[in-house]
Amino acid sequence: MTESPNLVAFTPERQEKVKEIIARYPEGRQKSALLPVLHVAQEQWGWLSSEVMDHVAALLSIEPVEVYEVATFYTMYHLDPVGKHVIEYCRTGPCCLMGGEDVYGYLKQKLGIEAGQTTTDGLFTLKEVECLAACGWGPVFQIREKYHMNLTNQKVDEIIEELSK
Amino acid sequence: MARKILTEHINTPGIETFEVYRQKGGYTAVEKAIKTMTPEEVVEEAKKSGVRGRGGAGFPMGMKWGFLAKPEGVPRYLVCNADESEPGTFKDHHLMKCIPHLLIEGMIISSFALGANKSFIYVRGELMYVIRILEKAIEEAKAQGFLGKNILGSGYDLELIVQPGGGAYICGEETALLESLEGKRGNPRNKPPFPAVKGLYQSPTVVNNVESISNMPWIINNGGDAYATIGIGRSTGTKLISASGHINKPGVYEIELGVSVEEFLNSDEYCGGVRTGHHLKALVAGGSSVPILPANLITKTANGEDRLMSYESLSDGGFATGTMLGSGGFIVFDETACIVRNTWNFSRFYHHESCGQCSPCREGTGWMEKVLHRIEHGHGSMHDIDLLVDISKKIEGNTICPLGDAAAWPVASAIRHFRDEFVWHITHPHEASQPGAVYQGEMALA
Repeated sequence: MTESPNLVAFTPERQEKVKEIIARYPEGRQKSALLPVLHVAQEQWGWLSSEVMDHVAALLSIEPVEVYEVATFYTMYHLDPVGKHVIEYCRTGPCCLMGGEDVYGYLKQKLGIEAGQTTTDGLFTLKEVECLAACGWGPVFQIREKYHMNLTNQKVDEIIEELSK
Repeated sequence: MARKILTEHINTPGIETFEVYRQKGGYTAVEKAIKTMTPEEVVEEAKKSGVRGRGGAGFPMGMKWGFLAKPEGVPRYLVCNADESEPGTFKDHHLMKCIPHLLIEGMIISSFALGANKSFIYVRGELMYVIRILEKAIEEAKAQGFLGKNILGSGYDLELIVQPGGGAYICGEETALLESLEGKRGNPRNKPPFPAVKGLYQSPTVVNNVESISNMPWIINNGGDAYATIGIGRSTGTKLISASGHINKPGVYEIELGVSVEEFLNSDEYCGGVRTGHHLKALVAGGSSVPILPANLITKTANGEDRLMSYESLSDGGFATGTMLGSGGFIVFDETACIVRNTWNFSRFYHHESCGQCSPCREGTGWMEKVLHRIEHGHGSMHDIDLLVDISKKIEGNTICPLGDAAAWPVASAIRHFRDEFVWHITHPHEASQPGAVYQGEMALA
């Protein structure tokens, strides 16, 4: 599990990145930076604790509630601690036509967890997501920025093995 | 081989780089537009081309540009909608990943036409790897003087920003997208005012789909009139179709609008036919929200004419016997697919993605999912079928944005054309709720 941050501060490189993002928008419109900055925050901490969200609010000169209401609306932001690898599995129709439900059953059995749970070793969190816009290459899941496509049970074995090293 | 406007060079090695894209004639349209044309002339070419919004609505792009308000001293914005999230649709993903400079070139031309100096490409956040590809391409274009201050010495400035979303289908709706771009929840706005008058930061704004904008380089190089000669009738040009489901060759294909559905489905140039050893049962032609059609209404209209891949032909017969081209998400179902299960799946999607602002959608999508779940799992009653139709009617047309309609149509059309299958689930709950169970009776003939 990723620990809740004790000291909330972006790494120097990410601080630069955040600065660059805020500068993209017209003056007084820095709130536009919220979604991209939350992605940078999640990249660093793995999930968005209220301390992290408060820190982002301060950076953008907006109220903390403006960050909470956004973070709770969009599905990509994790509001609870997650495992090292978050598997975001597409459960939508076109992937199901390609055998997505069977592969999903296999994956759940292999990890021994259901959607929303994390393996006891803290390595994998499983999350069901809606269409990832890769329907022709289904079944699909995403781990961080990487799309894993045309999944089969064998491919699942290989990916999990690789990430368990 | 059919004519290619967007994908001619998509398989050229290195086409994602400025150098190779340029060798293949890239950015000549920017030079032509900025050096030899006025913004009004560029808008005129877009109008002449007849190109229609490729995100799903099919509204003529040039006309949309014509609505943009131009008050003195107020900035105007162009925002590209790359929030592609409609189930069955993955063409923009493919285009941006493979040939990012095409969209960037289109954005420069379109921004120039609209007088925008800061433009945005709003990409769904899941596609972070594509965002990085686009940002790299923007850096390259900037280094070559095609972006930034004083482009090609013309005095025209343009900054291009790639904005990630956070995971929300609703942000594909243009006003929800603008809210999101302002750092808010993606709740669609009441209209009017339309974005053309009050959009991003309350300024006049145009929102166009990736594919629509990517047509602009070709239109400028060859002329709007030349574009309008491709296609059929008011369906001008080419269209990217995302083909998925039970076919031999899933993928993204560029078609000339007007090719027959039969040819698109069966030709080796495109889908390569329903997967070998199986036969067609149903098809969703334009993304999950458009009405599903049974096999007998797919290749022929109710009047027995060939059904074509065009806005008009696919909608021939209205919702009674037709459907829509939508976003071009072409999902094929063979005889192993359970229509009830798929309808429940789509309903769950719309329930999950409803923003919750309007009661008919917030509550109705949840009710439909629940009722479909119980039918699929062997607990339905005959009354449930009419209940679903009733709920869908009460959602349709009663919401701020079209997500309500998008949620209602798949349910209403599945019952319209496959009622037998719903009835069978209710009268044979034990068999129907077995994993992989599919109604084997006579295919529903509308």
